Amino acid sequence: MSKHQHLEESVGFSSKTRDYIQRASSTGLYEIRGIGAKRALPSFDDLVFLAGSASRYPLEGYREKCSTKTVLGTRFAKNPIVLDTPITVAGMSFGALSANVKESLGMAATNMGTSTTTGDGGMTPEERNSSKTLVYQCLPSRYGFNPDDVRRADAIELVIGQGAKPGGGGMLLGQKVNARVAGMRTLPQGVDQRSACRHPDWTGPDDLAIKIAELRELTDWEKPIYIKIGATRVYHDVKLAVHAGADVIVVDGMQGGTAATQTVFIEHVGIPTLAALRQAVEALEDMDMFGTVQLIVSGGIRSGADVAKALAMGADAVAIGQGMMISLGCNSETYIKDGEHHSAEADYAALGTKAGFCHHCHTGKCPTGVTTQDPILEQRIEPKVGAKHVTNYIKTLTMELTTVARACGKSNVHHLEREDLVALTIESAAMAKLPLAGTSWIPGVTENK
Amino acid sequence: MESLDLEKMSVRDINQYLHKTLPGTDVTELEIINPTGEHNIAVGMDTECTIDVRGHAGYYLGGMNKKANITVHGNVGNGVAENMMSGSVHVKGFASASAGATGHGGTLVIDGDTGLRCGISMKGIDIVVGGSIGNFSGFMAQAGRMVVCGDAGEGLGDSLYEAVIYVKGTIKSLGADAQLEPMTETDHKALKELLDFAGFDHDPKEFKRVASAKQLYNWNADANQEY
Ligand code: SF4
Repeated sequence: MSKHQHLEESVGFSSKTRDYIQRASSTGLYEIRGIGAKRALPSFDDLVFLAGSASRYPLEGYREKCSTKTVLGTRFAKNPIVLDTPITVAGMSFGALSANVKESLGMAATNMGTSTTTGDGGMTPEERNSSKTLVYQCLPSRYGFNPDDVRRADAIELVIGQGAKPGGGGMLLGQKVNARVAGMRTLPQGVDQRSACRHPDWTGPDDLAIKIAELRELTDWEKPIYIKIGATRVYHDVKLAVHAGADVIVVDGMQGGTAATQTVFIEHVGIPTLAALRQAVEALEDMDMFGTVQLIVSGGIRSGADVAKALAMGADAVAIGQGMMISLGCNSETYIKDGEHHSAEADYAALGTKAGFCHHCHTGKCPTGVTTQDPILEQRIEPKVGAKHVTNYIKTLTMELTTVARACGKSNVHHLEREDLVALTIESAAMAKLPLAGTSWIPGVTENK
Repeated sequence: MESLDLEKMSVRDINQYLHKTLPGTDVTELEIINPTGEHNIAVGMDTECTIDVRGHAGYYLGGMNKKANITVHGNVGNGVAENMMSGSVHVKGFASASAGATGHGGTLVIDGDTGLRCGISMKGIDIVVGGSIGNFSGFMAQAGRMVVCGDAGEGLGDSLYEAVIYVKGTIKSLGADAQLEPMTETDHKALKELLDFAGFDHDPKEFKRVASAKQLYNWNADANQEY
């Protein structure tokens, strides 16, 4: 007999899969968690820039100007949104996030001349006061939705779907529904709050056009109307949103995060941001609406490189959620209080996880104070400290963006174009409809050369 | 009485007058004539006044209303008084789907029948329907009261939170987590007030009370597919 034991784990029934089956067997409940898809997906990492060379000349990195000004909502609104950077803060609810976090994001966005977005659960005074440019979401639940806040907002975002869970509604488990959150949402304290997946007062694109008209009437045609879609049949959805009268379309890919959703949704529903963005741009081009209706892309945008690639593919701006949370300390080993770092390891352990692996936003017991309503935990984010980190993050991304744009010879980040990009894998080349690096082959479009 | 003619003015012009000009005048009574099924009439009111709409209106009549008392002398389309905050909307005819959806306050009265999803996600509004209501009404209704003098369709009050529904006629079926409960004196009194406000002559004792069984308030394995 050989002295070497032959141990071979099944690929199909790996330890991860066995854990899943045994967990399901013992609880009879599907898993709910936060954060986005954890699996590897084709992404902006699979694209690279072809910068200036002999055929294109670059701009001088630190001397020549590169504009980042971004204007959204020019189609019908009297008052379009004008931002200093195309990097915006994605919609995240007060309830999922604490009031301190919402305030931090608002302060940082105001510092950087960009916008923040409310979420399911209404607008808080902290958020309105701290954020110079605030986008107010109109979601199927309409929790806390009221005409005064619509008028107080700078733009309205009608949410049809979210990248982490297209076709699904929201969830906020009872441990996060404290007195203030419950009051804002007209719910009893401590109930698991579910949100419907469809809007209560319209069904289908013809109704949507009338709904948009209602919001325009309410705001006397002053504010831009965004439509946010979770990435699935993006080409058709974008066309329908344009037809319905959107000023701006937000496409949220499957890497987008969530505060609490069934894992089966997060990992198995929707398409990657890369594919979604290309389809959205194609739809706008086919309708001759590219540039007339602005496009914001979100879902797994992390770095200045990601922003530059999204813009080169045709987005006008990006929205970032998880990146902002990580900037605030999500998944860090420590949190900062009174200028000192304190270990959060024991709090992660109490949740059965570790820094770097946490996806427990749904519990309300966030070890770093980002996604909590707990009066002690929420103090782990001090608005001024949080705002400083997020300001630095947006600043860094903006600088990286202009660095790449200048290298590609652009004096305006919005001049980045598809021709500046190539793909590193066949999958990403096919999804983004870009040539595979070193070839002129676009799978599904050109002959293999 | 100030008269606004939708044959001579657009909906946009009328709404802008109601939002921007009306508050600076001493006009308290208005009528809108020739509505001819237009959508979004008198959306976003924020001024105390009475408005009589003389004819049929389309979607979202009186949407997000605050303070105004609006009467429609005709039928209305989807989402009448959706997300209403205060004031009242009275439809003398019939209403289509999603009547009073997500309303936070005020009172919606419909003399005739309504379509699907009446009072869906209501958050404090009172709705009084003289006739019958369609399927899936009161879905996820959070707060407020809905009175149905006729019959209710399928799946009434599915996933109800704290809203209460009173039905005089038959209920085709109750939705998940909705249950019939005994009427109390408090119910009779509340119902009488609502019926009187609407101008309907019914005996509160003939109504049934539907409220939440509260079995879906917290996520649990026994909720199965209903969650
Ligand atoms: S650290 Fe907090 S915000 Fe980050 S995943 Fe864990 S619970 Fe969510």
